Amino acid sequence: MTAAEMTGIGVSPGVAAAPVARLAPPPALPADTGPEPDPEAALAEARAALEAVAADLDARADRAEGPAADVLFAQSMMPRDPALADRIAKALSDGRSTPHAIAAAFGSFRAALEAAGGYLAERAADLDDLRDRAVAALLDLPMPGLPDPGHRFVLVARDLAPADTAALDPAAVAAIVTEEGGPTSHTAILAKSMGLPAVVACPAAAGLADGTEVLVDGGTGLVVPDPEPGRVRRVLDAEARRAAALTASRGPGRTADGHAVQLLVNLGSQADLAAAAAVDSEGVGLFRTEFLFLDRETAPSVDEQVEAYGQAFAAFSGRKVVIRTLDAGADKPLAFVDHGHEPNPALGVRGIRLARTATGASLLDGQLTAIAAAAAQHAADVWVMAPMVATPGEAAAFTAQCRSHGLATAGAMIEVPAAALRASRVLESCDFASLGTNDLGQYALAADRMNGALADLLDPWQPALLDLVSLAAEAGREAEKPVGVCGEAASDPLLACVLVGLGVASLSMAPAAVAGVRAELGSRTLADCAGMAAEALHAADAADARRLVAAYGTA
Amino acid sequence: MPERTVVVASEVGLHARPAALFVQAAAAQPVDVTIGKPDGEPVDARSILSVIGLDAKGGEPVVLRAEGEGAEAALDALEAVLATDHDA
Repeated sequence: MTAAEMTGIGVSPGVAAAPVARLAPPPALPADTGPEPDPEAALAEARAALEAVAADLDARADRAEGPAADVLFAQSMMPRDPALADRIAKALSDGRSTPHAIAAAFGSFRAALEAAGGYLAERAADLDDLRDRAVAALLDLPMPGLPDPGHRFVLVARDLAPADTAALDPAAVAAIVTEEGGPTSHTAILAKSMGLPAVVACPAAAGLADGTEVLVDGGTGLVVPDPEPGRVRRVLDAEARRAAALTASRGPGRTADGHAVQLLVNLGSQADLAAAAAVDSEGVGLFRTEFLFLDRETAPSVDEQVEAYGQAFAAFSGRKVVIRTLDAGADKPLAFVDHGHEPNPALGVRGIRLARTATGASLLDGQLTAIAAAAAQHAADVWVMAPMVATPGEAAAFTAQCRSHGLATAGAMIEVPAAALRASRVLESCDFASLGTNDLGQYALAADRMNGALADLLDPWQPALLDLVSLAAEAGREAEKPVGVCGEAASDPLLACVLVGLGVASLSMAPAAVAGVRAELGSRTLADCAGMAAEALHAADAADARRLVAAYGTA
Repeated sequence: MPERTVVVASEVGLHARPAALFVQAAAAQPVDVTIGKPDGEPVDARSILSVIGLDAKGGEPVVLRAEGEGAEAALDALEAVLATDHDA
């Protein structure tokens, strides 16, 4: 039987075909119906459930290697722990139902681990996972957590949380399909960074059962259950040609007719530095500096900052690095700053607004001092920009401060609609501007980025967002100052062409997205890009824009 | 009751693989064995959850106790497991 094709939002291009393995949610504990009529039989059932969990862990340990195998080896002994069975027997005799007896027994060990703190407290989460697995086995529900069927699979889930994906093995996962989530969701960002095809916001995927073969197109958002073998072969052949084109794609970004578009990478931590620098790009379009400030008790010293920025400038020696000053606030609080209580932190004292406070002004001054010192020691072309600029006045004050530190190239992030609407005034004092499409979309559509139920409003294809991009890009062209895009919008190859058609001069994206964007851009002329942009601006909504642009030139 | 104080040789302490190896060895003994910190409650050496919960770190002493026929031999065997650095 062939089930109907389903569509979602393609958020990470690529095609794959493999059987489905679902990420099952942890089972909810049913109401406690204890005491069990036959405690002996109940204990035997609990033991059988624990044995099933242990056997599953054994099988995983056999397939794993190194430290992961060691962890699984110790974990597989836990469900077989005689003391655990003793405590389950005790809870049963106390009148609990079997699922509650299992939960209580794990809970008693968990409390001891948590009390010990440190490494052991982290292991408490492992016990929660074992408890969930044992309860699922008892109730004959699917095992929760990342599936491990022993072959490559398409991971299907309602949505993915960071904890689910930490252990994701890119060699085992062929593609990701989620029922919920949006283009800027954690799933989308993760899939892009791993180069895995992904489709989100595909509610029909709820009906996909484990083991069903599916064909997933992370570009168009199409998910085909039980595809014909001939179709799979054709699609995978086309994918192989696309992959070959990607491998062959080299050098600076340009359209088919030679219009130059800088392709840059986003950088957010020291850990990503080597991999980001190895990508064939013209530099960094967004160097986020929050990693130096968050999760610590005191502000980093200027010397510490000089060292950290210097490492990035050294890795990108001879290339451009656009460094963004600290974007903190009540949504990303700093331990050493009193942010006060803000009922609406996305609209509060964040980004450059922090410089209105004495502490924030001194942080910014220290940061600019460190950036200037590090830039002087290295050969990167260092540009500096401020986040959350709303008015031309804020931009002018920031530029003046950069100049006083000897920083030659200063600019503003355009992520507040007011700054996009008045981009020509903002650019009067700046040397450049960079559109942060994620926040610009959140503010333009009045939709909280953290609210998954509003994912469709946060779609970077929203024509209203593209209108704002168009305004800012046009202002840049008139002022002859570069206006780029950094944000998820730039990593979608088709949307990247639309942005270029709107007049954007550079695109900054996840390192894994650069080759795909370069290849797509290289296949279109600047006139094509302008035509695609016109289609998108005239679309009724985001889905319409995506469809019209995908069909551009094929009619 | 025969008892033995042994220093945990594995640098990670009695966690993960070293703990698993110790519990496996304890389960193979013909007598019941307990393990505890010198000043703490002893726990069943065959219970991985209890042993990990001791939070015995590398270089710390632990006390093994066993009773009955074969107790000394069991303690010998388990002392050997604890005194081996399983990380190395």
